[in-house]
Amino acid sequence: MSQTVFAPWNDPAEKPLIRFQNVTKKFGEFTAIEDLSLDIYAQEFFALLGPSGCGKTTMMRMLAGFENPTSGQIELAGQDIAQVPPNKRAVNMMFQSYALFPHLSVWDNIAFGLRRDKLDKDAIAARVAEMLKLTRLEKFARRKPHQISGGQRQRVALARSLAKAPKLLLLDEPLGALDKKLRQDTQFELMDIQESTGTTFVIVTHDQEEAMTVASRVAVMDEGRIIQVATPAEIYEAPNSVYVADFIGDVNIIEARTKAVGGDQYHLTWADGQAPLTATSAAPFGEDSKAHLAIRPEKIKITTERPEGAPNALQGKVLDIAYLGNLSTYHVELPGGQIIKAQTANTRRIARRDITWEDPVWISWSATAGVLLAQ
Amino acid sequence: MNMRRFALIAVPYFWLLALFLLPFLIVFKISLSDMALAIPPYTPTIKDGISALISQLDFENFAFLASDDLYWKAYLSSLRIALISTILTLMVGYPIAYGMARAPEEWRATLMMLVILPFWTSFLIRVYAWMGILSNEGLLNQFLLWTGLTGEPLQILNTTTAVYIGIVYTYLPFMILPIYAALDRMDESLIEAAEDLGCSRMQAFWLVTIPLSRNGIVAGSFLVFIPALGEFVIPSLLGGSGTLMIGKVLWEEFFNNRDWPVASAVAVILLLILIIPIILFQRNQQKQAEAEQ
Repeated sequence: MSQTVFAPWNDPAEKPLIRFQNVTKKFGEFTAIEDLSLDIYAQEFFALLGPSGCGKTTMMRMLAGFENPTSGQIELAGQDIAQVPPNKRAVNMMFQSYALFPHLSVWDNIAFGLRRDKLDKDAIAARVAEMLKLTRLEKFARRKPHQISGGQRQRVALARSLAKAPKLLLLDEPLGALDKKLRQDTQFELMDIQESTGTTFVIVTHDQEEAMTVASRVAVMDEGRIIQVATPAEIYEAPNSVYVADFIGDVNIIEARTKAVGGDQYHLTWADGQAPLTATSAAPFGEDSKAHLAIRPEKIKITTERPEGAPNALQGKVLDIAYLGNLSTYHVELPGGQIIKAQTANTRRIARRDITWEDPVWISWSATAGVLLAQ
Repeated sequence: MNMRRFALIAVPYFWLLALFLLPFLIVFKISLSDMALAIPPYTPTIKDGISALISQLDFENFAFLASDDLYWKAYLSSLRIALISTILTLMVGYPIAYGMARAPEEWRATLMMLVILPFWTSFLIRVYAWMGILSNEGLLNQFLLWTGLTGEPLQILNTTTAVYIGIVYTYLPFMILPIYAALDRMDESLIEAAEDLGCSRMQAFWLVTIPLSRNGIVAGSFLVFIPALGEFVIPSLLGGSGTLMIGKVLWEEFFNNRDWPVASAVAVILLLILIIPIILFQRNQQKQAEAEQ
């Protein structure tokens, strides 16, 4: 009846294409990757997301073969690849700088890897033509890299790394050098190409929007460790820590102490003289333990009157309005000085909106709107 | 506006005219004159009047150069020595430049300093130092005898080998610096990309590093070849009488024979020979500048 959802990570029978097992990588005293284990499955579009210096590029370079793990092992299709040099791996990489050979034409750049495989001329020509078509570069085949635009260079780099039909394609900040509009178009193009070639993609990025757009699963990294691996929706709606919640998108964090009230409901004491908040949590919390309520701005309603029957309602004053066109974010100051962000879609034109600066307002949300996090 | 542009163009043209074309014309004129026991040692001079000056010029000296095989043998020998020493300098200089470009960032300035340092001593003194090293009683032979590698001293000084050693040593920085500049500019991820696409280290070197340092190689080779072709000090001090080079012939014509007209003819021909590599060199530089735009 329904289409099967692509989720090999939920299938225990599925063998991962890549398996990191307790991998540690040290550069001298500095630990870039710390005891990291991770499975990536065939045909996934997997994103490694994190701030610069979190070790995501090191992971990619270990997959490509430019770095070797200090301890632990990396398997590709069931084989330990630690001792396999980069030129013998069925892995290709698209470099952040694109690393196009400046002395070769677009055509020769794409043919470079195929020539190393000693394919015959016709096979090379056919494959290059196919790649040029896939990346819509037919017109530029004879140009040198410095004679084409940044977006075209990016596509040449992609075509070159896909030409050898690798089992695994690594993309190191592939869209970093493109402007925003082109980046968005290219993201969809990348997804199309990933789907049509069936290649496993691992992308490294610090841009959370990009990771969320393209990836089937996202690994959020920090200081050489993976904090959470999940689908974009899970990462966004059910982050496992304040770090992840804060790194992905906008979030309000309210520190509180818990009090179980039966079922999965908790009352949260969060400020003196304020009524407790109500939240649900699947994960159990002890009595009077510290917790963080993470709640996304778009889950918070903002009204002029106190809403009827809302389990959580607080009064405050509008401090700031960030108008984004399609959305507006209201910064609401609570009596205790805390600022809560609430977001509404601008379904009406500006003159018809009734909330403005310094207005007393009510913000409210349901018991299930937020996530209760231990840390 | 037009005046300023004119002035801007005029400066380099004047420079070329005053420092290159004028001296060349003077040398060319002398090459068409005859030897004379006078000061200056040729005739006619400007004192003889313009009409006499022009009517008495002829190509006699050039015909003489063609008739005596000493000269064309000297030219050929010079070309050969310059070519071989350029190749030797490239073979020694490239690995040094490569090592410098791959050295840790903080070492590079020091390494560069070491390459340039010999220039702080007089060129002549450095060549004399090589005489001290290479002679039969020199440091090298003493060392070889001490280690027992040879039973009797090797004759190196006053052979072509000594000339090669001298030229490679002297012109090495001219080879290293442009190659280093080319390699230093190269993005290291290009090598990684080549390896990623299936190249071994060696293949990546031949297919990426060498082509991308081509301009440096060409520039360095010309910077060595051009002065080596007319080199005079090194062959006369290190090469002995057995080494025939046109620079040495030129010197002997001027100072030993006092035959200015023939010496000038030798110089004119040498210049004509050099124009070819100089033009090729200029073209390479121009292409490089265009590629960088």
